[in-house]
Amino acid sequence: MASYSTNEFKAGLKVMLDNDPCAIIENEFVKPGKGQAFNRVKIRNLKTGRVIERTFKSGDSLEGADVVDVAMQYLYNDGEFRHFMVPDTFEQYQCEEKVIGDTSKWLKDQDSCTVTLWNDAPLAVSPPNFVELAIVETDPGLRGDTSGGGGKPATLETGAVVRVPLFVQPGEIIKVDTRTGEYISRVKE
Amino acid sequence: MHNEWQPTCSIELLRLRAQVLADIRQFFLVRAVLEVETPLLGNSCGTDPQLDFFTTDYCSPPLQRTLFMQTSPEFAMKRLLAAGSGCIYQISKAFRNGESGRYHNPEFTLLEWYRVGFTLPQLMDEIADLMGLLFSGQRALKPTQRVSYQSLFQRHTGLNPLAFSLQDYCAYAQANEVPEAISLCGSDHGLWLDFIFSHKVQPHLGENALCMVYGYPACQSSLARLNKDNSHVTDRVEVFINGIELGNGYYELTDAKEQGRRFDEEISVRQQKKRPVTVKDKHLVSALEAGLPECSGMAIGLDRLLMLLSNSATINDVLNFPLHRA
Repeated sequence: MASYSTNEFKAGLKVMLDNDPCAIIENEFVKPGKGQAFNRVKIRNLKTGRVIERTFKSGDSLEGADVVDVAMQYLYNDGEFRHFMVPDTFEQYQCEEKVIGDTSKWLKDQDSCTVTLWNDAPLAVSPPNFVELAIVETDPGLRGDTSGGGGKPATLETGAVVRVPLFVQPGEIIKVDTRTGEYISRVKE
Repeated sequence: MHNEWQPTCSIELLRLRAQVLADIRQFFLVRAVLEVETPLLGNSCGTDPQLDFFTTDYCSPPLQRTLFMQTSPEFAMKRLLAAGSGCIYQISKAFRNGESGRYHNPEFTLLEWYRVGFTLPQLMDEIADLMGLLFSGQRALKPTQRVSYQSLFQRHTGLNPLAFSLQDYCAYAQANEVPEAISLCGSDHGLWLDFIFSHKVQPHLGENALCMVYGYPACQSSLARLNKDNSHVTDRVEVFINGIELGNGYYELTDAKEQGRRFDEEISVRQQKKRPVTVKDKHLVSALEAGLPECSGMAIGLDRLLMLLSNSATINDVLNFPLHRA
């Protein structure tokens, strides 16, 4: 893997830091007029999700990290691993639950998602920004109440719980924004 | 990229810059300080190991030689002082290779001036007067702060900047979320000071006020004079507003021998660091031998000053064509 100098640290660049794959978020050039030039770098550890700040001497370099985002289809959960497939090549990957983390509550069989691979092993899974999921449980709706005021919790087929308007019925399919966990609309089948 | 031809600053900023330049010229006119111009292209360049220069080729076939874009007009201005110019100032471009960021553009504008017969405290009075004038059109600054490097450093970090204790410095780095400083700085005291000052002290300096820091540790200044009462510090001042470093001034070194020695030292540091080589400016050394009058000098980055005057977030907001559009 190529190495990158502080001058090449751009947002999104994937590098190895303390043996973990990381993504550069921000890079600020700090130079006292009569002193050593530094780069103060904000960086996200892709394994833990933690954001840290780290200073480098300008011109120092880090090894690049072989990290790629691949669009995959979620296949199934075998109880121990979740399985994903690259639609074009039919190549399959299995993920431990801890890699998937919070994303699991949005994963429905056959849906597409993004799997981040580090050295060809899954590092993280992110759902699409919007998912369409059926409601399995919620209080019966008040027909005709389209005011949208108030709302009630609804459990979706993947286990996620979101707040929905009062008029939404069990069995209906709704569109949810996975970044905020908010209800967007009902989906007509 | 349709908009790439356009300036990154507003037309209003062009006007502000013009106003600031006019105000500065008026300020020095009233004080009988002479405006001068010195070459941007020279046969030698500063030896400061922390500054990288641009070189270019002078071609007059069959002759060809390397010329240096000046990192500061300092040396040429000192030659004028030694030749008897009296007090002088200059507004000029300066070039520093590899410096690019929120507060840096490799080509930038400097105001540099020298006051014959001024001590550092007198120079600091004048800096405060000039800043007061320039900010008066924009917003009121809080009262000017004058503080020694040592007391400031001690107050913000608990460390003594003049006596290097590796153990104390490492403990500080561990406890203050900059453990990387330990491997980065090693046992280089000057580097530790640069690191800690720029990360932990500077951001707090001069909240809507001019903050003048004087008495820099001796290991930190190549052209300042050692303080006559305390040889651990130099007669150097740095000025800050809102945590932004605006400029640097010295009670200038006039001892040609001492200057020659510091040049040699800097050149050998450059070699150790494998920085591009430069040659000692023999004209400056000769000028110092001929006699530089007792004087104090100051340089201020005008682009950063404009950032502060206009509350701009980046230097690109005050330059018309920063490097990527130049």
